[in-house]
Amino acid sequence: MIRFDAVSKNYPNGTTAVDDLSLELAEGGITVLVGPSGCGKTTTLRMINRMVEPTAGTVSLRGQDIREIHAPELRRGIGYVIQHAGLFPHRTILDNIATVPLLLGWSRKKARARAAELLELVGLPAEMAKRYPNQLSGGQQQRVGVARALGADPPVLLMDEPFSAVDPIVRAELQAEFIRLQKELHKTIVFVTHDIDEAIKLGDNIAVFRTGGKLAQFDTPERLLADPADEFVAGFVGQDRGIRRLSFVKAADVPLRDGPVLPATSPVAPARAVDEPWVLVVDDGRRPLGWAAVAELPESGTLADAPLAPLGHTFSLVGDSARAALDSALLSPSRLAVGVDAEGAVIGVADAYELSAVTAAADVAGAPAGDEVGAEGPAGGER
Amino acid sequence: MNDLLSQLRLVGDWLTSSKQWHGDEGIPHRLLEHLTYSGLSLLFAALIGLTFGLLVGHTGRGAFAVASVANLARAIPTFGLVVLVVTLAGLSTTPVLIALVALAVPPILINTFEGVRGVDPDTRDAARGVGMTGWEVLVRVEVPMALPLILLGLRVAAIQVVATATVAAYPGLGGLGRFIVDGLSRNDYELVIGGSTVVVVLALVVQIVFTALRRFIVSPGLRVSAAKP
Repeated sequence: MIRFDAVSKNYPNGTTAVDDLSLELAEGGITVLVGPSGCGKTTTLRMINRMVEPTAGTVSLRGQDIREIHAPELRRGIGYVIQHAGLFPHRTILDNIATVPLLLGWSRKKARARAAELLELVGLPAEMAKRYPNQLSGGQQQRVGVARALGADPPVLLMDEPFSAVDPIVRAELQAEFIRLQKELHKTIVFVTHDIDEAIKLGDNIAVFRTGGKLAQFDTPERLLADPADEFVAGFVGQDRGIRRLSFVKAADVPLRDGPVLPATSPVAPARAVDEPWVLVVDDGRRPLGWAAVAELPESGTLADAPLAPLGHTFSLVGDSARAALDSALLSPSRLAVGVDAEGAVIGVADAYELSAVTAAADVAGAPAGDEVGAEGPAGGER
Repeated sequence: MNDLLSQLRLVGDWLTSSKQWHGDEGIPHRLLEHLTYSGLSLLFAALIGLTFGLLVGHTGRGAFAVASVANLARAIPTFGLVVLVVTLAGLSTTPVLIALVALAVPPILINTFEGVRGVDPDTRDAARGVGMTGWEVLVRVEVPMALPLILLGLRVAAIQVVATATVAAYPGLGGLGRFIVDGLSRNDYELVIGGSTVVVVLALVVQIVFTALRRFIVSPGLRVSAAKP
């Protein structure tokens, strides 16, 4: 879809922004370009819509050398989202979104109808249409930026740190929305960020760049975490990549055991007989109520009378990852993670040690374990 | 206080006397002459100032030259220039127009240039990135965003021109300056004060016209005080 062939970008002052890059980006996926500042990721992105012209090599789009396409025409066919949205302050939200259709010569009416659809698609209320950018919050402006990029329904979307100027809560919201949108639209997206967590969360493939414009590794997030190409990549993905890998294991694959689960209506006696320090008390729908310490159980009555320690949180076998399961184990007073089904009913429990078995299984099934460079100790990377 | 009142009465008498409203020496005719000089000068100045201001602001090339030219032009005394051009070219409207244009270009040029150059680089980047040509970036983004400053430049220039067009009377041409020049030479202060009053009122009208213009053609999105939702 998008192909870089031995592409370099050198500036007259001697700096090299991109150094001999060859890369092929698949159609219909999100490719994240990530790396420390000055690694050439933004330059790489901007070479795709000719905002930057390479000094050497060829960038092609669907097999065609992009230098053969008149730059403004090329750009109208590629969505472009930038960090501070870059909305046109003198135009209403609706007219901002209608920009590209109007440039393409659509009638005003048709362009505005399309813009109204897009406003809804990015989750903004219709009454925002007549407002101006300076009346919107940063997060809302960024949504409008995405809507504007989608104006003429381009197959390719370029996004240059689109979510990095908003606060973490709004960012998480925008990321979730972005994932939802992509499921609906299946665009070919090139996404630049300096945040490896964002890269892992959003990317189908990740290209890690190092300072000096060199591509260090191009891989899936799972492989990047399991098998970093060198010390730089290992350092960049961080010391906790072992835990992060759990994000890619479904909670459904986690080995669970039945554990000491008793209903609140049960008398105390059987609980006192349990050979574990904690019992999980559930309601009549098997939904967890809390943990009861066996040693502190009353002499008689039912478990409903027992003092309960809070659960921390449970994890869902239908939507969560093994990372959520591990977190659940770490926060639980009993050190046991509680796995629930879609209705919230308890399926089983596991401790952190039992949970760790899933990564071993993943190593056997998927990535070759190999020599994990930098798996122990600091790797001397960015962090 | 008595002084002021008596002067006001003088102006009132002068303005209401019927001979001020008829013939070549009357206010309407002088006002028309005045407006012709001012309007023509402003038109030429706008052509020059806007063209170069937009060009230099858009391309970013020649910014230093613009600043130098504008500052130099500001330093030229209007009256001196009129006398100089009359001496060289003889008595006609041209020297007056040249002098007024020279006076009006700097504020238009500088403000237009600053307005365009002041467009947020992110906005300009986005404009190019969504596929606008250089011309489209200028017309659809830079000019509308620079409009408040462009109008400011035009307003300052217009007021200066309207006030200064009185110098046209010195080399023997018409306009509202005639009342002042003639009044001074005849020691007729009624005439001087009356003429000055008309010039002041005209300047105020220009100010009001531009304020109204700003309200109608500047996008509400560019008003700083836009309320947050």
